[in-house]
Amino acid sequence: MQAIKSIVIVVFSLLTSVVLLAQDAAVQPENVFTSNGKLGVVVAVLVTILAGIIFYLVSLDKKISQLEKKK
Amino acid sequence: MQKNWWKALCILLLLYTCSYGFFVEVPNPPGVPLKQTIRNLFFHVPMWIGMMVFFSVSVYYSIRYLRHLQPADDIRATEFARTGIVFGVLGLLTGMIWAHFQWGKAWSGDVKQNGAAIAVLMYFAYFVLKGSVQDEEKQARISAVFNVFAFFMLFPTIWILPRLSESLHPGGMGSEGNPGLNPRDTTASMRMVMYPAFLGWTLLGVWISTLRVRVRLLSVQS
Repeated sequence: MQAIKSIVIVVFSLLTSVVLLAQDAAVQPENVFTSNGKLGVVVAVLVTILAGIIFYLVSLDKKISQLEKKK
Repeated sequence: MQKNWWKALCILLLLYTCSYGFFVEVPNPPGVPLKQTIRNLFFHVPMWIGMMVFFSVSVYYSIRYLRHLQPADDIRATEFARTGIVFGVLGLLTGMIWAHFQWGKAWSGDVKQNGAAIAVLMYFAYFVLKGSVQDEEKQARISAVFNVFAFFMLFPTIWILPRLSESLHPGGMGSEGNPGLNPRDTTASMRMVMYPAFLGWTLLGVWISTLRVRVRLLSVQS
């Protein structure tokens, strides 16, 4: 009886620690977006804006090139 | 495609600047309260580097115009000056944001701030002058001469005068560095982002200017 009790306690405590670990992993998946105070999110936004502006410039460049060819 | 390699370089350098520029380690020496804002080195300072490059290109074409009187050179000088003003105004605005949080006031009458504002105003005068002369050839000649004058006023106002008195910017009397940078604030790893940032933002402005020049040349031909 005593042995079963201690096994249950050990297994249970192992489980809680597993649960806690899992929670830890779920709340704080350390990647480039969540580390450093979620700075990565701002970087992603900035890069998106930059990509948009560059796309706009490239298409403008192409349009002007077409006009130049028509001459 | 072969002559467009620098546009690809511009895109690459800017993407690198705008991503790695936030992750590179910055120094935090005691007594220098810049903290993370030193990253503005990758965004605020390149505006001024770009402005100086565009105004230099502009004065080159103005002198070429005065020598050969080709209208295309006047167009090039005008459009590079225009991009220079845009970058200069952006430099002033970003500097004011930075100053608001770093020095407590957006405009504290710092010699460098005043000098930069005067420099930008001189180039506004260039466009006022252009707009006030109807005759095209006269306009091109007078504005080209004014551009040479403005260019030789530009460097005293942003490089020489700020050195002669105390300034909040680096490089004033009794502080280290030159009017653009303080070597104590930067590290070797930061310079690995800073120089690409200078080149990337400048190339972006060159790209925009050449687009404007091409449109102007097209409208002149048709």
